[in-house]
Amino acid sequence: MITLQQAIFAYLAIAILGLSAAAVNLRNPVHSVLLVLLMFFHMAGMYLTLNAEFLAAVQIIVYAGAILVLYLFVVFLVDLNLELRIERFVRNHATGTVITIGVLTVLTAAAISFVPAPPGHWSIEMIREITHTRAIGAEIFSNYLLPFEITGVILLIAVVGAMVIARKDKNEKREVTRS
Amino acid sequence: MEFVTTLIIILAVVAVVLLHVAYATYFERKVIGHMQVRMGPMRVGPHGLLQPIADFVKLFFKEDVVPAGVDRPVFYAAPIISLVASLSSLAAVPFARGLVIADINIGLLYIFAMSSVASYGVVLAGWASNSKYAFLGGLRSSAQVISYEIAMGLSLVGVMMSAGSLNLTDIVEAQKADFFGCYAIPQILGFFVFVVAMLAETNRTPFDLPECESELVAGYFTEYSGFRFALFMLAEYVGMVIMSTIAALCFLGGWHGPFDVPYIPNFWLLIKIYFMIFFYFWIRATLPRYRYDQLMRLGWKVLIPLALANIVVTGIVKTFIS
Repeated sequence: MITLQQAIFAYLAIAILGLSAAAVNLRNPVHSVLLVLLMFFHMAGMYLTLNAEFLAAVQIIVYAGAILVLYLFVVFLVDLNLELRIERFVRNHATGTVITIGVLTVLTAAAISFVPAPPGHWSIEMIREITHTRAIGAEIFSNYLLPFEITGVILLIAVVGAMVIARKDKNEKREVTRS
Repeated sequence: MEFVTTLIIILAVVAVVLLHVAYATYFERKVIGHMQVRMGPMRVGPHGLLQPIADFVKLFFKEDVVPAGVDRPVFYAAPIISLVASLSSLAAVPFARGLVIADINIGLLYIFAMSSVASYGVVLAGWASNSKYAFLGGLRSSAQVISYEIAMGLSLVGVMMSAGSLNLTDIVEAQKADFFGCYAIPQILGFFVFVVAMLAETNRTPFDLPECESELVAGYFTEYSGFRFALFMLAEYVGMVIMSTIAALCFLGGWHGPFDVPYIPNFWLLIKIYFMIFFYFWIRATLPRYRYDQLMRLGWKVLIPLALANIVVTGIVKTFIS
């Protein structure tokens, strides 16, 4: 007999897999983005079943609210009537199948050898007691301060890179305005 | 039994909010009318009091026109996404001490997440309508909402730091314990950024570029008619009510006031919400619309640095006090 928890997990897992597969296979990129939005909601639901309410909210705010809107923006600016013609990465159909099955086998083998880690310092009851947001804050700004800062610097590099690409050379700009 | 009570509370909250929304449109037309030395609606009922009901009946029985060449599933879904996202924010909003559908730990973040999802309705409506005016409105909206959401989130971080909680009830009680009694004074910078971002987030004047009628007809909902149009209007006004409520709860001290009013526990909260809604209309009657590049410059170069400065100052003050 499956419990309610298992049923919810099964629903969320099947929905995430199905929505992701459908998003990849749909013709219209805007419909794909919509399905990805639905998938993000299911992922947030998955976090909620794990008592990770902060992560669930951040998943919606950051991925659904910001990143996916940017994707939509890009998709809008691409002419949808011209279908994208992408050269096949692997020309031969049989070779492609063999590679896919090989990757699938390796991943399945890896999944079988998966062992759950020993329970750490933060038990479910403890997180429920002091709330997930506080627990994450305490961990990030004490034990994981250095990785957190490194992540910040990496993101800063990406921002600087985007600015360098977006900013036109000043001399070049002047020539354009003269002509 | 608990399920039934929750259902009744949900229905009551939605009904009360929708009634407020209906009369917010009347209030808006009256306020703007009087500010422009006009009467506003006067014909339906005494002083036009039944005007919102007449409007509703008209919209409900209007023909539902779906233009040729629209992307039907997205065209149908867009107004529903808008309204569902706005209404579901109501679940975490406390309207009085203890009167909240779901008293969750991350109330503020949840409302914030839902308001970010509401922008999808606007963006998708613009795209699915297959019209250049609607499309431009949708594009403007997506860029505007992303920019101003950052400023709004950062402006609320100061409140979260001061209160030490994301739960809206806790934030209100923390303000009661604060020296000033509300965060609008110590968090004046955050309050300013929040109010400006609040206007932009709900696409209201002076930031109503997604629906700016002089250039884009009506922006993203140009092609919508009848009840689908009404759903967008509802979503916009529910969004205004929610933003006003968050301003009242997070910055103006919530249901606490200078003295207790008997029998009406949320008297002060209502006064504050009505004031914020009046503020929306006041701004609309007073300020001209921003140009698009000015809007972007204001968001990225003024509001976000101000909000970050507010976080740093709040952090320093908090460290020195404790």
